[in-house]
Amino acid sequence: MPVNPELQGRVFPPTSPYLVGREKVREFSRAVFAQSPLNHDPEAAREAGYADVVAPPTFAVVIQEAGLALLLAAPDTGIDFSRIVHGEQKFTYTRPIVAGDELTAILTVTSIRSLGGNDMITAETSISDSAGAHVVTATSVLVMRGTE
Amino acid sequence: MSDLVVGQELISGTVVLTRFSLVRYAGASGDFNPIHYRDDVAASVGLPGVLAHGMLTMGLAVQPVIDWMGGRGDLVEYGVRFTRPVVVDGNGGVTVSVTAKVGAIEEDVTRIDLTVSAADQTVLGKAQVRVKLHE
Repeated sequence: MPVNPELQGRVFPPTSPYLVGREKVREFSRAVFAQSPLNHDPEAAREAGYADVVAPPTFAVVIQEAGLALLLAAPDTGIDFSRIVHGEQKFTYTRPIVAGDELTAILTVTSIRSLGGNDMITAETSISDSAGAHVVTATSVLVMRGTE
Repeated sequence: MSDLVVGQELISGTVVLTRFSLVRYAGASGDFNPIHYRDDVAASVGLPGVLAHGMLTMGLAVQPVIDWMGGRGDLVEYGVRFTRPVVVDGNGGVTVSVTAKVGAIEEDVTRIDLTVSAADQTVLGKAQVRVKLHE
């Protein structure tokens, strides 16, 4: 079954707010080999003008995941998760994520394309803070391999 | 900062990824797909071995740029294509190499292009970081 073309343009409901914890930021930083004091030391982060430790640039993927889960759980998408590979990823930043942020994600399917027997699904996840201000947009291209 | 020229190499580095790195990233990110830590599962779906999470490779590849900026700039955009899997050997792991060069200078935004390779093969395509540098 191919991906449902009517998925293009669909906007999913906002995810539950995600509270970014200081230890989570440190844990993620260690996992991606981020060694800057800004990622680990709240004092260093405050001296640099941030409210608390700064998450590495790809941390937004943790928040994006909740949006993608809604997409993959929707019953009428035609998406077979077992055939999905991650083709491309992009982040567009307004500001870095810092510990203490409470973030909500809204996922929009911006494009469905067929290419060489594969379906390419572009999902754009806009992540905002508790004041409603944009923090980062995470864009994924998911490739659903054809069955041939 | 204004003396950057297109093509100039800014920084390079290497990271050794082991199975430990993958388990640690799985826990930190919440991506527990077993192809990232179980040889039997990886083999059963036709993969050449246990693979690093694409997002782990993407995450570590930008760190040399962050270190080079040293707080003198802000990220505007960071994007990659996942072109080839990074196979992580159960014993020796794999060394991932990253080189960052100036790709373009566009008014107040500098594009930095990353070359990311593992086992002598490029693993990320069109890996570009756009930064706003402060003087």
